[in-house]
Amino acid sequence: MIRFDRVSKRYPPGLDALSDLSFVVAEREMVVVSGHSGAGKSTLLKLIAAVEKSTGGAVLVGGQNLSGLARSALPFLRRRIGMVFQDQKLLFDRTVFENVLLPLSIAGFHPREAAQRVRAALDKVGLASREKALPVMLSGGEQQRLAIARAVVNRPSLLLADEPTAHLDQETAEDVARIFHEFHHVGVTVLIATYASELFPGARRLQLDHGRLLP
Amino acid sequence: MMGWLAQHGAAALLALRRLAIAPVNSLLSLLAIGIALALPAGGQMLLSNALHLAGTSSAVPQISVFMAANAERRAATEIESRLGKYGGVKQVQFLAREETLARMKANPGLRDVIEVLPANPFPDAFVVTATDDRPEAMEKLAIEFRQWPKVEHVQLDSAWVRRLDALLKLGRTAVLLLGALLGAGLVAISFSIIRMQVLTHRTEIEVSQLLGATDGFIQRPFLYYGVLLGLGGGVVAWLLVGAAALWLRAPLGELVQLYDLTLVLEALDARDSAVLLGFAAGLGWLGATISLQQHLRQR
Repeated sequence: MIRFDRVSKRYPPGLDALSDLSFVVAEREMVVVSGHSGAGKSTLLKLIAAVEKSTGGAVLVGGQNLSGLARSALPFLRRRIGMVFQDQKLLFDRTVFENVLLPLSIAGFHPREAAQRVRAALDKVGLASREKALPVMLSGGEQQRLAIARAVVNRPSLLLADEPTAHLDQETAEDVARIFHEFHHVGVTVLIATYASELFPGARRLQLDHGRLLP
Repeated sequence: MMGWLAQHGAAALLALRRLAIAPVNSLLSLLAIGIALALPAGGQMLLSNALHLAGTSSAVPQISVFMAANAERRAATEIESRLGKYGGVKQVQFLAREETLARMKANPGLRDVIEVLPANPFPDAFVVTATDDRPEAMEKLAIEFRQWPKVEHVQLDSAWVRRLDALLKLGRTAVLLLGALLGAGLVAISFSIIRMQVLTHRTEIEVSQLLGATDGFIQRPFLYYGVLLGLGGGVVAWLLVGAAALWLRAPLGELVQLYDLTLVLEALDARDSAVLLGFAAGLGWLGATISLQQHLRQR
């Protein structure tokens, strides 16, 4: 599903975020990327989602080399990937329902089918009764679950999450981690960048240190 | 197909929602665009009415040939016969001096003056319509007729038509120039408003891009916004021009009546109205497109 082949990422004026990184994530695998702050976890996810481009090596997602990807092909790659962002990136002027609807509208789903999928995704994360609420009316844990619902509503084959349990209390964090496990169990490839790797038992671990993969 | 239509419907609704969210701002923007468009649209309305006026009056240029006051009727008959046979002449109308006198006497303002005159001051005259009514051809005929015996004066009646034509050409150019200038202004207004909209919704744009939105998807609500803004401005301009037509109808009607003409000032007709609305919507779309492309290129 994902292949990193001697990948490097250097930000100007010469800061190496990732150096000579090689690894493979198989289909239906669950992988946790851990490491200290600034180790390169978020950069790694951004390279997979083609938010950033590598400065060396090759990143392959679903067999597609992202360095040669045309700008016009980028949206179609991202529609196959579900993303949960560190800062959630929820739209606060739209309801819970409308936030989850957005990826389906982008993909051009028929409104009736889209509405069914949104309700199913909200039900899956336990927000079915809050569909008319605005995100600002939700708790931190609910907002995180909303971000997950939006990431999975498209039924992506790959789910990326950047610190999905940050700023959550232990109970809520465990609840959120359980949702990721559930998606993994139904065959979704899951890659999570987190400090709290203990919340994801059974997942393969990749340990990053100053942009390098520890053995 | 349904999905594509749904995307357009949603984008149009979103654009309407954004217009409705800030009604005062939207109204002021529509007024600014409407007033800018009302100037060339008003000019076009006046031009159309002037063209109509020119069309309904005797727009066919004619030559008036006046005999000498002492010329006998036989001389007039000879001239009439010559005119009838002359190559460039299409039609000749004879105006006998007695007939002219009777017509003038019928005018209450002139009757008293004419009655004190010792004799009929009017000569026999002919109104000639030429086969070729181009100014140079008409001028040539006039020069020829002036040479004929007992012809005292030849007058080209096409002068006012040429003046009106020149004025209409000037008016048309002025309307085009005004339209181009204010159109550019409208594009600039639309550009700025959409730029503000883009900056206000930049988080939404960023999120949409991360979720796999194409440039087309991102641009669509903003383009609809630009089109609605232009269209709304066009409607405001149409209303302003219509109100101005109603207001000016009576005083302008009185003015043209002084020149023995009739004019009921009409607002923009269906074709001009459609052009105005299409032009306004198109310029709104253009401003939005330039603004969005600049934003997306920067990313």
